[in-house]
Amino acid sequence: MPILLRGEWYDLRDLANPVRELIDGLGLVSEVDYVLWSLIASLAILTWLVLSVLAFIWIERRVVARMQNRKGPNRVGPAGLLQPVADALKLLLKEAITTRGADRLLFWLGPVIIFIPTIVVFAVVPFGESMVLADLNVGVLFMIAVAGIMTPAVFLAGWSSNNKYAMLAAMRTIAMLISYEIIQVLALLAAVIFIGSMNLQTIVSWQDEYNTWLIFIMPLALVAYLVAGAVEINRSPMDISEAESELAAGYHTEYGGIKFGFFYQAEYLAGFAIAASATTLFFGGWTLWGLEEWIPGWLIFLGKLYAVFFVYIWSRGTLPRLRIDQLMTFAWKFMLPLMILNVLLVAAEVVIWEETGASRNVALPAIGAVNAALAAVLVIGWARFLGHGSGRGRGYSATLTREVGKIYYTGAEAS
Amino acid sequence: MTIKSEPFVVNVGPQHPSTHGVFRLRLTLDGEKIIDADMVMGYLHRSMEKLAEERTYTQNIPFTDRTDYVASMTGNLAYVMAVEKLMGIEVPERAQFLRTIMAELQRIASHSMALGIFANDCGAWQTPVMHMFRDREKILDLFEMACGARLTLNYMRIGGVSRDIPDEWIPQAQKLMEDLPKRFAEYEDLLLHNEIIVARARGVGVLTPEQAMAHSVSGPMLRGSGVAWDVRKADPYAAYDKIDFDIAVGTNGDVYDRFVVRLAEMRQSLHIIEQALEVMPGGPVHERLGTATVQPGGQSIAPLAFRPPVGEAYARIESPRGELGYYIVSDGGPSPFRFHIRAPSFINLTPLKLMAIGATVADAIVILGSVDFVVGEVDR
Amino acid sequence: MTTHVTGIEIAHLIDGQFPDAVQDAQPEFAAVKPESLVQVLTWLRDDSDQAYEFLSSLTGVDRIQWFEVAYHLESIKHNRAATIKVRAGDRENPVVPSAVPVWPGAQLQEREAYDLLGIVFEGNPDLRRIFLWDGFAGFPLRKDYLNLPGGQMPGLERFPGEPGVELSGRGTE
Repeated sequence: MPILLRGEWYDLRDLANPVRELIDGLGLVSEVDYVLWSLIASLAILTWLVLSVLAFIWIERRVVARMQNRKGPNRVGPAGLLQPVADALKLLLKEAITTRGADRLLFWLGPVIIFIPTIVVFAVVPFGESMVLADLNVGVLFMIAVAGIMTPAVFLAGWSSNNKYAMLAAMRTIAMLISYEIIQVLALLAAVIFIGSMNLQTIVSWQDEYNTWLIFIMPLALVAYLVAGAVEINRSPMDISEAESELAAGYHTEYGGIKFGFFYQAEYLAGFAIAASATTLFFGGWTLWGLEEWIPGWLIFLGKLYAVFFVYIWSRGTLPRLRIDQLMTFAWKFMLPLMILNVLLVAAEVVIWEETGASRNVALPAIGAVNAALAAVLVIGWARFLGHGSGRGRGYSATLTREVGKIYYTGAEAS
Repeated sequence: MTIKSEPFVVNVGPQHPSTHGVFRLRLTLDGEKIIDADMVMGYLHRSMEKLAEERTYTQNIPFTDRTDYVASMTGNLAYVMAVEKLMGIEVPERAQFLRTIMAELQRIASHSMALGIFANDCGAWQTPVMHMFRDREKILDLFEMACGARLTLNYMRIGGVSRDIPDEWIPQAQKLMEDLPKRFAEYEDLLLHNEIIVARARGVGVLTPEQAMAHSVSGPMLRGSGVAWDVRKADPYAAYDKIDFDIAVGTNGDVYDRFVVRLAEMRQSLHIIEQALEVMPGGPVHERLGTATVQPGGQSIAPLAFRPPVGEAYARIESPRGELGYYIVSDGGPSPFRFHIRAPSFINLTPLKLMAIGATVADAIVILGSVDFVVGEVDR
Repeated sequence: MTTHVTGIEIAHLIDGQFPDAVQDAQPEFAAVKPESLVQVLTWLRDDSDQAYEFLSSLTGVDRIQWFEVAYHLESIKHNRAATIKVRAGDRENPVVPSAVPVWPGAQLQEREAYDLLGIVFEGNPDLRRIFLWDGFAGFPLRKDYLNLPGGQMPGLERFPGEPGVELSGRGTE
């Protein structure tokens, strides 16, 4: 049946088909056709993003509420579904306040700048077999470069609002994002070296062709990428730049109304961007071992993307927050050496594979097994080397006694 | 090369998610490191000590609800004990047991909240609080059955308690006692051995026992520093001398130890309540005072006013936050001549500067959470 | 069970160590002269037979004729409790030596007593108002704070609803 459908306007496996049919019917000159086509595609991505954000605001609140013995929003609309809409309306209608002493231009620029890269990233994301707005051959590089714009935007917001919490949060964010961007890049570098391409579409088709996902080949890189992603989108346990119990609302403390709305939405969009790149690079993108012939590829892609994003919701509902120095120590002392080793290892494997010319059925499982085993050994060994035992051993219970006035202090911790 | 840096003053509070009320902490920072800390309080000062001089002894009981509004029962208990000490009143046995049970239920409720909020301060976004509020709600339901109120209870009376518990109260309390150990095991599993909580709390805000005693710190903070001092054991009041329980102490004096001491105390409280429910005798719940009116059922209720003899009394109990003392001076009139509250929340804040200097901002929040103060009691 | 040492007993002990330091001894408390207060408190803390290492409560009382500061001491080592008092006679400017050098835990409590009663603790390193704002007029816990007419004092003289004379403040008769 899919063969019958292929390329027809009712072939919804590629949402471009019906649109293509419509635009072709207009008979435009090619320049106008190109512009119109780009506009429609961009608008489609933007619409999907906004709807996804609205949906996930609701999903996150309901899911976290479930984790907390609560019901979550259930008053506006059926099952509270219209709550995000009501929130958005409220944010739109609120007075736009600029604090006294704030740098007005930069204060206004902050939310705008943070909003742009989070959307632009989706230009290179392949939603389906041919559903990609800009099929760049340096797609991975583009994603990293564009996401890097968030860092100055956050600092701009924190600096310009003339608020000390915001300033502290901005300083933390800069320190953190710069550290974790290195890890993010190294994680992606390993993947790129292995596949030999920076084109996201090529990366997906490689995983399709070799019938494997990169998660099975380099689990450590995926974990590192997701951790670095959590830092970038301020999700616990890395939500230090927002840290509502320490710094009120972090760098956007002074923002209200729709300016705050922009930050709020940008956080979700950045989350989707992280999830999208993780899906594309490590989870086979829009492919699902041949099922993409039957199920639309973009549905598979969205399913995977939402599943990855759900991990962040889950961690937010369950984990406490690390301290900034612990987080930096984790980045520089723990993750960075591991990621450098990982890159070297992957590079060596690629060379060995090419030299020996082993068949893919032998090479891929072998490489996957070696990588997984080494990842486990490295993580455990390196943690031991840095002096971290298992968590269970480090917690303890209180001593029980009946001798009033006796002192049980040992001071083991003070030294 | 040395980097030149300037100190940076941050006001944590009075409007801040982690000050547990309107309390202001003025931190001088060098980067993230605290080089000076100053407390500014009084935003919730209601001059209770002055107001109490204008009211009769019985009328003052509601004030004691509103000092530490998270643990009203213990506030009531300390005050009525001070007045009873002043007047030399013997309280009936059943009332003593009821007081013990209520005070321990209150301790579980208050520690639940303290631990949940502490986890919140560590950054666990609301989840532990919500789970612990579930237990607290159940306890507040029991309070509602016993005295009709949930927060400001006004249950204790001079000479006893305001009324006896209804018949269905004991089965419901026993059911709760069966449920709670499972929950506590869950909290111990999820929080006590949580790698991030351990990393955030161990070695932070250390107080040695000498420092703790010199700074008049009491309650879980003193016991966290390893001093086995619990007024319930050291100077038994109510029915604690008839009940078997242990004091929980820590060994390192850090934030983590205060946390484990509170968790262990919740289990001890359960143990106390279970025993008290078993051995609680029948009989009156109120000692008849001179001008007391007797209700149709034969139950006497506390008189609105009486004149204690000239003198003074200082009674202290172990409230969830520490040693809660009431110092009453009487000149023989119907209202106290001087009414002073030794508020554990307030005095436990004394070594805050000592603990905070050298720590980071994030540590200061965790230390503040581990003190477990209630601003209503700090400011009174 | 905590041994509550009576004022008479503790007065005898202090007298044995510092003759001429005790001003008054009642069953509830022993009053010490201000000039020897710090000496006495330091001795009570450091002497291994006394070992009152824990200052439970420090508070001021306006006794109209004088101000007094009550120190409720506890010995965790011996499980013992005692009460020491010190009096300041000058109504306008009551001065008492600070206990902060002996117990740092007195810091906030002395600030509270200063704030609400106006008792000056000499030697306190940081004696500022604590609950009320700087520049607050007067000290509210003093009995003459409200400046009632005819030298009346706040506080009830009779029960609410007690027959006879209508309600009035202390000290009217």
